[in-house]
Amino acid sequence: MGELKLMKGNEAIAEAAIRAGVDAYFGYPITPQSEVLEYLMQEQPEERTGMVVLQAESELAAINMVYGAASTGKKVMTTSSSPGISLYQEGISYIAGAELPCVIANVVRGGPGLGTIQPSQADYFQATKGGGHGDYKLYVLAPASVQEMADFVEDGFNIAYKYRNPVMILTDGMIGQMMEKVELKDQKPRWTDEEIKKMSDSWATIGKGNHRERNIITSLDLDSAKQEKHNHHLQKKYRQMEEEDVRFEEINCDDADYLIVAYGSSSRIAMKTLNLARAKGIRVGLFRPITLYPFPMKALNKYIGQVKGILSVEMSAGQLIEDIMLAVECKINVQHFGRYGGMIHSPDEVLQALETLINGGNNGR
Amino acid sequence: MDVKEIIKDENLVYKKTSLMTSNVLSYCPGCGHGTAHRIIMETLDEMGLQSQTIGVAPVGCSVLAYDFMNIDMIQAAHGRAPAVATGVKRTRPDKFVFTYQGDGDLAAIGTAETIHACNRGENITIVFINNGIYGMTGGQMAPTTLEGMKTATSPYGRNLRSMGNPLKITELIAQLPGTYYVSRQAVHTPSAVRKAKKAIRLAFEIQKENKGLSFVEIVSNCNSGWKLPPVKANQWMVDNMFPFYPLGDIKVDGQLVNAQ
Amino acid sequence: MAKVQGAIVVDREKCKGCEVCVPACPTHVIELAKEVNGKGYHYAYMANPDGCTGCSNCAIVCPDGVITVYRVKTS
Repeated sequence: MGELKLMKGNEAIAEAAIRAGVDAYFGYPITPQSEVLEYLMQEQPEERTGMVVLQAESELAAINMVYGAASTGKKVMTTSSSPGISLYQEGISYIAGAELPCVIANVVRGGPGLGTIQPSQADYFQATKGGGHGDYKLYVLAPASVQEMADFVEDGFNIAYKYRNPVMILTDGMIGQMMEKVELKDQKPRWTDEEIKKMSDSWATIGKGNHRERNIITSLDLDSAKQEKHNHHLQKKYRQMEEEDVRFEEINCDDADYLIVAYGSSSRIAMKTLNLARAKGIRVGLFRPITLYPFPMKALNKYIGQVKGILSVEMSAGQLIEDIMLAVECKINVQHFGRYGGMIHSPDEVLQALETLINGGNNGR
Repeated sequence: MDVKEIIKDENLVYKKTSLMTSNVLSYCPGCGHGTAHRIIMETLDEMGLQSQTIGVAPVGCSVLAYDFMNIDMIQAAHGRAPAVATGVKRTRPDKFVFTYQGDGDLAAIGTAETIHACNRGENITIVFINNGIYGMTGGQMAPTTLEGMKTATSPYGRNLRSMGNPLKITELIAQLPGTYYVSRQAVHTPSAVRKAKKAIRLAFEIQKENKGLSFVEIVSNCNSGWKLPPVKANQWMVDNMFPFYPLGDIKVDGQLVNAQ
Repeated sequence: MAKVQGAIVVDREKCKGCEVCVPACPTHVIELAKEVNGKGYHYAYMANPDGCTGCSNCAIVCPDGVITVYRVKTS
């Protein structure tokens, strides 16, 4: 059993990064995730493991420092919050195009624009549908606890290196700021340069020896036929993710007549609603996607014929619901309930929306 | 003696370094980019640094620099090369890292990255090609375009009142404590090339000694953008660019040498 | 008295005929050919080979690196 600690979600992500043997973190302060950089600076991971931590001059610089470090095969991560993640998008598109592994956490706050500093899930589309320019996908993990904030750092790097693709941890100000018990894993050593060379010499820019041609990290191909071929290759990776690395959790779904589908913070609130509804005799289950991309399409699809209705509970104005409707081919009555702009729904509000759905009403938007 | 008797391997005195690939350069005839590429690669060759160097290419005419430089290279987003190089150098401090950037990349869209990498004193080398124009996109006004200079987006000449002043970014970054060596060179004549190569050599020597950021500007031509044949473009550069962007060292051993 | 004699080889197909090497040559050895290469460029060549000293100025200033230089000492 690892070390037990009471930590903020943001601190847990930072501590987990050190313990996972991450080589570098580049970031820029923004509420509600500044604790990540603060914690790392406080902990001096350069002393503990040799991990590099640098406060960049902007989000533009931070994501491009990630791009540079990832180009050399090093384990590198960054965190930001919604407006900062918007600034990251150019770099993320380059990272996806150049096929570099890295982990990016978005501690989402309400928007659009400068918005609010309170929790939100309004960056779902940005995270799961692309965000930046071009056809690419991030592998998106949605933690629902401080424990998962910590665990998903290492899980994220495993996926990032399996596919040479950026991974996003999509969380929010609620999980980032709240304190919870977390079991921390033991310290893992950072990869040695020899280990990195063994793994990544075929692509990483670590110096051209006589044994191979030069390596080039680029997302540019002026030959459109080659660029299309590259796109086919990317799409193949995404199909493989959809086959091999979908994650979700089903709670009380076996006998359910109705489902609540929710991720992250919303799923925590929905858990309480589940208990309230079950006490009233309503047979409802909670389906929690853990990977938002790849979305658990097949797992949800099998509820066609079993459940009479699905309530998409999200702190956004109907983003998650689109994937649910695709998953169930619109063969189930799917309705949306959510609060926006930094407001958080209560379990009672969710129950009310569920009862409206059950009674043949329409929650609208 | 017959020419055929002279052209023998044992009589070879100069050939293109193997650190330049055999790809035909994508630059216009007479463009200084090719010479600038070659002297950097010659320097790395002479210092034996091919296996230890990582270059960062910008967006602009030299976006494809990695097609010509036979070393591991990264292509960066427009203006972000110094940030990318920072990411490489911080995680690979034992490697030699340089960026190769044009004036639009370094002094317009990437000004923040340039200044902060210089100010942090990153142990990297920045090679800055200044031809006062955006070449790749077809000759638009650059931050370094001279007053009155005609470009596609200043067709009546650069008007300082409405378009702002040409930016002497090199003098600007020389003021920062993080820069250790700052020089301005050119590659239009044999002697200029030799001097420029010396500056680049010094820049990499400084990187080897972890003394701080080394920055070499190369004032160059843009025949297509300036709408002049190469030799005339070089003369125009001497007559117009050099008075505003004077050649020579600006900062040596961390000390300003020329009160500009 | 020792005399230095040189010669250059221009990679004709890669030469872009920019002419930068012509004024760089102190002994006026180089001119552009009347003929063109596969790309339609008038490539550089040794018009006065006897004058070449193998100083390498042309090669050093050639943007495309298409000039190779040889030199011998004759007596």
